[in-house]
Amino acid sequence: MKDFRANTMSWGLRDGCVELRLHRAPCNEIGSESLVEFERFIAELETVFGSAHALIIHSELKSGFCAGADLRELFRRSQEVAPDARLTELREFLQRIHRVFNRIDAAPLTTIAAVHGVAFGGGFELALTCDLIIADKMARFCFPELRLGLIPGFGGIPRLKRDVGNAVVRDLLLTGRSFNATKAHGVGLVSQVVAEGEALRVARSTAAQLVKFDRATAIAAKRFIKPIPEEELRQEIEIFCDMFMHPAVEAGLRKFVESEDALPYLP
Amino acid sequence: MANLQDTTEQILVLAAQHFSVPRAQLKPDDDFFKTLGINSLQALDLLTRVENHFHIELPDYELQGVTDFRTLAERIQARL
Repeated sequence: MKDFRANTMSWGLRDGCVELRLHRAPCNEIGSESLVEFERFIAELETVFGSAHALIIHSELKSGFCAGADLRELFRRSQEVAPDARLTELREFLQRIHRVFNRIDAAPLTTIAAVHGVAFGGGFELALTCDLIIADKMARFCFPELRLGLIPGFGGIPRLKRDVGNAVVRDLLLTGRSFNATKAHGVGLVSQVVAEGEALRVARSTAAQLVKFDRATAIAAKRFIKPIPEEELRQEIEIFCDMFMHPAVEAGLRKFVESEDALPYLP
Repeated sequence: MANLQDTTEQILVLAAQHFSVPRAQLKPDDDFFKTLGINSLQALDLLTRVENHFHIELPDYELQGVTDFRTLAERIQARL
């Protein structure tokens, strides 16, 4: 795998560990350009299955790990595209995102999300595809989708259910509040909480530990203990698409887009 | 347990340190968005520092309508 720098992300192989670095200002919002680059990354990643032992996903931006879907692009497209075509386009986008996230989730590598700052919405969903989340003490996790009249659409609910108890799922989804890293660690979401700015270093140290283990054994263990909730992931896409056509969603997106705050992430 | 005045002072010191503003420039009734020139992501950053400092959980919906340090201190005080 050669080092590659695209517009929204870059990647490379270092000591048997693939590193995916997100760097789309302002906060790695996932839109159509990111999706194309994620798809390219997955194709590259698959060429090192069998030789690399770990994947670390992290952000180069000070603002945080990833603030979620590009809501401005989502709103713009909803205004530009005729209603009947809107749903088709949305479903296709979600299916492509799911294919990428499912590949990361099931990758025959140990995957680590090194999180600082916000991991909101789609950003939280990206972190949840990973086997481990290592968060610095300034990280925050949130599913704010209910504020927009939606549910998470990138696979967040099935993966969250896989990882934590239902009470925690209800708390996050129904209140839309964010958890800090300490809370996330307390409920079992985060593997390690580290000092501010240290998440990537600790992720690399963890990845270095993994190279000691037999890869075939690690891969077999991962397949056994980490089921991919395929049916629920498909259901989530359908529920999301159904909700997206409600007027409240357009109103919520418009409010977000028209906010005076360039990064309006408070409830 | 710290009283409201102590809590407010601790928040002002935290904000001054993190956003590199002289403590003397911050007052309890200042609008922290305007005074510090921060956006909501940075406000969440302040929230995290406050939670870590006071060892509390403060749901972000409790910040609705909160724009000054004194009111933020009242929210924190309710969790101590």
